[in-house]
Amino acid sequence: MLGYGALLAAAVLLPFVADNYWSSIATRAAVYWVLVSGLNLIVGFAGQLAIGYVSILTVGAYAFCILPAKLNADVPLAVLGSILFGAVSGVIVGLPALRLRTFYFAMATLGFATIVTQVALAWTDVTGGGIGLPAPELPWPFDTSLGFYVLCMAVAAFCTWMTANLGSSRFGRAMVAIRDAEVAAEAMGVDKKRLFISIFIFAGALAGLSGALFSSLQSYITPDAFTFDLSLLFFIGVLIGGRGSIMGPLLGTIILTVLPEIAAPLVAWSTFLYAVLLLAIVLLLPGGIAALLDRTNRKALTSGRSITPDLSRLSALLAGAGNAADIRLSGVRLSFGGVHAIDGLDLLIQRGEVHGLIGPNGSGKTTTLNAICGFGHPQEGSVTMGGAPLVMGKTTLRARAGIARTFQTPRIVGEATVLANVMLGGDVSGRATFVEAALNLGRNRADERRLRARAEEALTAVGLGGLGDVRADRLQHSELRFLEIARALMLSPSFLLVDEPAAGLSPEEIHRLGALISAIARAGVGVLLVEHHADLIFDICQRVTVLNLGRELAAGTPADIRAHQGVISAYLGG
Amino acid sequence: MLQAILVSGVAMGAIFALIGVTYNVMFAASRVMSFTAGQLGMLGGVLGSLFILRVGVPVLPGMLLALGGCALIGLATEIIAVRPVLKALDQHLYVLSTLAFALMLRQFTAIEWSTEPQPFPTLIGLGGGFIDEKFWLPVAACAVTIIGLEFLYRRTLVGRAFVAISEDNFAARALGLPERNLRMLSFALAGAIGGLAGFAGGELMLAFFENGSVLNFYGFVPVALGGLGSNRGAIIGGLLLGVFQQAANFLVGGLFVSVATFVVFILFLLLRPQGLFGTGTARRV
Repeated sequence: MLGYGALLAAAVLLPFVADNYWSSIATRAAVYWVLVSGLNLIVGFAGQLAIGYVSILTVGAYAFCILPAKLNADVPLAVLGSILFGAVSGVIVGLPALRLRTFYFAMATLGFATIVTQVALAWTDVTGGGIGLPAPELPWPFDTSLGFYVLCMAVAAFCTWMTANLGSSRFGRAMVAIRDAEVAAEAMGVDKKRLFISIFIFAGALAGLSGALFSSLQSYITPDAFTFDLSLLFFIGVLIGGRGSIMGPLLGTIILTVLPEIAAPLVAWSTFLYAVLLLAIVLLLPGGIAALLDRTNRKALTSGRSITPDLSRLSALLAGAGNAADIRLSGVRLSFGGVHAIDGLDLLIQRGEVHGLIGPNGSGKTTTLNAICGFGHPQEGSVTMGGAPLVMGKTTLRARAGIARTFQTPRIVGEATVLANVMLGGDVSGRATFVEAALNLGRNRADERRLRARAEEALTAVGLGGLGDVRADRLQHSELRFLEIARALMLSPSFLLVDEPAAGLSPEEIHRLGALISAIARAGVGVLLVEHHADLIFDICQRVTVLNLGRELAAGTPADIRAHQGVISAYLGG
Repeated sequence: MLQAILVSGVAMGAIFALIGVTYNVMFAASRVMSFTAGQLGMLGGVLGSLFILRVGVPVLPGMLLALGGCALIGLATEIIAVRPVLKALDQHLYVLSTLAFALMLRQFTAIEWSTEPQPFPTLIGLGGGFIDEKFWLPVAACAVTIIGLEFLYRRTLVGRAFVAISEDNFAARALGLPERNLRMLSFALAGAIGGLAGFAGGELMLAFFENGSVLNFYGFVPVALGGLGSNRGAIIGGLLLGVFQQAANFLVGGLFVSVATFVVFILFLLLRPQGLFGTGTARRV
C-alpha cells in the first residue's frame, strides 16, 4: 500500500519538479504499464509465456488511427474501437495457450507478432504501409502535454487498481494455481478455459487501450514504431518484477523504460541489457523485485511447531454438504496400453464411513482414485454418485459435485500464502463475476470475506491456525498434507478422497491425522483412504478393500482383512 | 514456374529442416527447447562471411572456423542458459534463459556486425540457373547431416550414449555415462549443425542478423509438425514448409505467405499438438 502511495505521490509531483523531458518519459512508462498490467496477469499470474504482446499494442494503435481516418469515428469511439480490437486479438493470441505448452505457446505469440507487423507494412490502403498514419488529435484538455500526462497517469492508476483487485480475488488465486499446481486447480473445480478467456479478453483490452495512448504519444505511427524490442520490454518487465506480484512488474516497467534514458550511449545496447537482466533474474533471483520487497517471509518461522487439529470446528465447516448417499464403482476397467491398471473393480464408498483402499505398489489404488476424479477414463464399467453417473474425463465437475481430494505428493502453490492456498478450495462457491472482481464490487468483497473466514476455520480445524500468512513453500512436508485436507474441507465435500496422507509423517502426526480423518467421516463425509500404513487403516476404517494387480483381493471389515490368508501372503506379510 | 517453386522451396526447406534438427539434438540431450537454434543458423552465415570475405580465409578453413565458432556458441548455450536451470523445478525457466541468451547473440551481432544484410561468398562456383550451388548446397548439407547423425547414433559408442541419455536420463546416469559431458557434446554438435544450416544457406539468405528470428520460427515449425525429437519428422516438415512457402510466395505474394504459414501452423498444433510422428501425452496424476 505504502509503495503505491509513494508512486502516486511521485506521479503527482513530477510535473512540478521536472522538465518536459522527464514528464514525457513518465507518460511513456504509464502507457507501457497499461499494457503490462494486463500482460502481468497472463505471464506473472497464469504463467503463460506470451512474448509477442507488441502485436496487440500494434492492433490497438492502428485501430485508433484508422477508425477516425477511414470511418469518421470520433476520438472516444476510436478509443473504444482500440479496446475492442485489442480484446479480440487478445483472445486470438491467447487461445493456443489452452492446448499448447510453454515453448510452443511462446513461439505462437512470436509468430503472431511478426504477422501483425507484416500486415501493417503490406496493407498499404488502410495502414499507410511504411509511410504510416497520423494519430487523431485528442480533445481538450488532453491535447496538451500536461493534460495527456494526467490522462495516462489516471488510466495507469486505474489499471493498477483493477489488476490488484483481480490478483487478490479468487480469479487471481485460480490463475496462480493453474501456473503452479494445475491438476490441483482442476480438482478444485477451476475452469481453465473460461478463466483464460476472461484474462485474455481483459489483457487484450488493456493492450488495445495502451495502443491508442501509444499512438497519441507518438502522434504518428509507422510499423517501425512497433519493434520486437518493445515486446521484450513488456515481457521482461513482468519477469524482472517477479511473478504473482503487481508492484514488482510496475517497478520493472518503470526501470526498463527509464534505463536507456539515463545513459544515452546505452540506447543501442538497451535490448542487450534487457536480455542480460532477464538472464540474471532467471539464474540469480527467480522471485524478481517482488522477492526483494517481500519482508514478511524473511522472518524465521517458529521451530518445533506441532499440528494440533481442532475437531470441534468440523461440523460447522461440513454443514453445507450435499445429499448423495454413496459413490459406487461397478465393473470398472481401465488400462494404459496393455497394462490393466484396474481390471473389473467394484467399490462402494458410503457417507459417514472411512473406506480403506490398500494394496502393493502398482495395484491400482491411485488409478481408482483418478477414475473417480475424472483424471482417468475407464474403458468399461460405471462410476455413479448417489445413483447418477459421474461424467468421465470432466475433472473440473467433481468439486461442484462435492468430491474433494488430496494428492500423493502435495500439490500446492508454493509462492502463495497458506491462506490463499486454502481459499482456492472454495473457488467454486464464489459468486462474483470477473468484472465484479476487477472493480471489487460488493459481491466480490462478500466472497472474499466469506472465503477468508472459512479458510481460517479450516486451518484451525486441521491444526494449522496461525500459519495463514506464511508462504506455503516454507511449511514442512507434514504440514502440507494437513494443508491439502484444509483445502479439501473448503468445499464442504460429501466425499473426500485422500491419497497416502500419512506418507512422511511422524507416528504422532499419523495418530492426529487418523483422528482428523475419523472426525471428518463422523461429520457425515464419505472418505476413501488410500494408504500403506496398515495400522492407520485398521485403526480408523470401517471397511477395507485390498487391491492386487488391479483386482479386488479381499473386502470387508478390518478384522476380516487382518485374518484373510490371501492378503497376508500378498501384502501384509506375517 | 513449378521448377522454380520446387528448387527454391526444397532449398529453403532444407535450411529449415537443419534448424529443426538443431532443436532436436539439443532437446534429446537435455529436454530443453532452446531459442538459440535459429541464432546459430544466423551465426553460421555471419561467421562464414566474416572469415571468408572480411578476413580472407580460404573457403574450407573458413567453413571449419565458422562451424567451430557455432559449436562454441552451442557449448556456451549449455553452460550459460541450460545447465543452471536444469535442476530447477519450474520448467518454464529454460524458455526464459535461452531466450535471454538468444537475444544477446542477436543484439550483439546487430551492433558489432551490421543491421543490413551483408554479402556471403560464393563457395564453389559450380552450376547455374536452377542447379546453382545456392540451391543444392543446403540440400547437400542436410543430407550429409542426416547420414552423419544416423551413423553417429547407430554405429558409434558416443552416439549410442547420446541415445541412452535422451531415452532415459536416470538409467543412463546409473550406468555410469558421463551425462554432463555428453550433454555439452550434444550442444556443441547442435551448434555445428545450426551453423552448417546458415553456412550452406548463406548464399540464399545472406549474412543478416534478423535471419536468427526468422530461422527460429521457421525452424521450429518442422519440429512442431514432425513431432518433438523426430529428425525424420523435422526433415519432412521442413521440406513441406519450404515448398509451401515458395508456392504461396509465387502464387499470392509475400504478405500472404507468413500469414498462411502461421495460420496453418497454429491450426495444425491445435488439432495435433504432438505432431505427425510424436507420441501422446504423459499421465498427469
